[in-house]
Amino acid sequence: MNMFKLSWKYLISKPLSTGLNILLLALGLAIITVLILIQDQFENKMTKDAEGIDLVVGAKGSPLQLILSSIYHIDFPTGNIDMADAMALSKNRLIKNIIPLGLGDNYQGYRIVGTNHDYLELYNAKMETGSAWDRPFDVVLGSEVASKLGLKLGDKFIGSHGIGSSSHEHDEHPYTITGILTPMGNVLDKLILTSIESVWYTHDEDHDHGKFEAPVAKTGFPETDEEREVTSLLIQYRNPMAAVQLPRFINSKSALQAASPSFEISRLFELLGVGVKLVQGLAIVIIVIAGLGIFIALYNSLKERKYDLAIMRTLGATSGQLFVHILLEGVILTFLGAIVGIAIGHLFLSVLVMQNEQGAIGGLTAAVFLKEEIWIIVYAIIVGVVASLIPAWNAYQTDIAKQLTKA
Amino acid sequence: MLEAKNIEFHYSPKQQFNIPDLQLSQGEQLLILGKSGSGKTTILNILGGLLKPLKGEIRIDGTSLYSIKGAPLDKFRGKNIGIIFQKAHVLEPLTVLENLMLANYFSGAKGDKNENLLKELGIFDKRNAKVNTLSEGEVQRLSIARALANSPKVILADEPTASLDDVNAAIVVKLLKEQAEKYNAVLIIVTHDQRVKDHISNQITIGGKL
Repeated sequence: MNMFKLSWKYLISKPLSTGLNILLLALGLAIITVLILIQDQFENKMTKDAEGIDLVVGAKGSPLQLILSSIYHIDFPTGNIDMADAMALSKNRLIKNIIPLGLGDNYQGYRIVGTNHDYLELYNAKMETGSAWDRPFDVVLGSEVASKLGLKLGDKFIGSHGIGSSSHEHDEHPYTITGILTPMGNVLDKLILTSIESVWYTHDEDHDHGKFEAPVAKTGFPETDEEREVTSLLIQYRNPMAAVQLPRFINSKSALQAASPSFEISRLFELLGVGVKLVQGLAIVIIVIAGLGIFIALYNSLKERKYDLAIMRTLGATSGQLFVHILLEGVILTFLGAIVGIAIGHLFLSVLVMQNEQGAIGGLTAAVFLKEEIWIIVYAIIVGVVASLIPAWNAYQTDIAKQLTKA
Repeated sequence: MLEAKNIEFHYSPKQQFNIPDLQLSQGEQLLILGKSGSGKTTILNILGGLLKPLKGEIRIDGTSLYSIKGAPLDKFRGKNIGIIFQKAHVLEPLTVLENLMLANYFSGAKGDKNENLLKELGIFDKRNAKVNTLSEGEVQRLSIARALANSPKVILADEPTASLDDVNAAIVVKLLKEQAEKYNAVLIIVTHDQRVKDHISNQITIGGKL
């Protein structure tokens, strides 16, 4: 027998009240856990995906939408821009590198992105098998696309128009898989990459089979004598001056819009922040109520337990031991609440991710433990100490003789 | 072994308790008789180190009980004094054996005779049962076992037979005597129960004739 076991015995002698208190606290802590997990990974993911991209240029519209569609591939594109405009821009001396993107198609919900090999380089993408695209309709799959759809090298598939599934199919030109990427842990895992030419030719009405055999552009813009469009451009600055001049210069040109990823992301977090604060507030209210519940449970049980406490004193327990006895009950309760809460939080997130595989939080994982979660346990224990302090003090002051003669 | 000298105590000055001096050596037994309200329980509390008298001294095994205070007094009590209360109060969340083990834990005793005690008191078969499944007689025996779990030098019993029928009352008193003799402990029983009178010859009466 020891103090810990004694408190534990008293806790499980009231399973309902104990269970309810643990559950209530766990609920509040689970919300906090989910918030911490999402916030940490989401911010990480957001910054990681946007790394190396200084500016995104696309059609006029919402700058946030442009960033979301061109970097994170979660929103709809703002529209297309003339390639002539894009090429003119690429001659600007403030631009070090420019990567064109052609969006608008998907296969089973996974987006097909037309681009050049610079895009692979931007993310340091490595091939698991095969090689990057060389001719029109060659595609490279992100690792998740390959594993989820069960596709392998040399397989053919037909893309559909639109960026979500359930749109009409382009039945003429099957894509051929020439490469599969290693798992990157970023947005590339969920993309189907191909050349800009592939995207153009899929939408063309006429079928000039000669050009289907010609190699595609590996860097810069594809060569063409037709009037073509691209969806957006990812730009790297040559020097810091560009950050000041380039966006203003582009936005003043009527057809194009420039958006800075870092600026738009921080704006997004600001918008989300209100919601996060609200949920956080709710969680804190639940935790406070749980703490109150524990306090009331201990305080009430103390009335019927005064006799037990007096008996313990006659058996040689010191008043300090009684203090610890009650305090331990509160702390064990909240410790268990924290463990259950963290478990529920992880479980909830894994369910959330499972149901949103292709969505914004699809790349998150519930199988990570952050050091903030240790703090959740610490805070929970503090709640336990605070809630049981007054009951423990009452136990400490139990007058044995008075208590024993009263009964 | 146990000595009480010049003890004075009252809750209010009008109602003085008359507490006789006591002197008991190892293995001696004493019955303190008195009607309700005569201060029997108060005497017991004072002897048990639960209630500090206004004046006087209690010595157990050479130690002046009230010269120690706080935690050391609690530990001393746990180790040397076994108390059996009128209402056999056992700790319900614990099993029979755990009730004894808790007494061992608080006083730092090993508790190697716990099982023997339970056997002698006839509740060994129920050692792992929850306390609330016991009958009243079994609960009373458990409270005796618990009081004896640390091999105390002094056993104090407050109306141990009050809620028992004749047969059980006789058994309980017999048990108490046996155990006290076995461990060579001082046994003091305070009661108003006339049935106990025949069992212990060494008697004093307080608060007037019964």
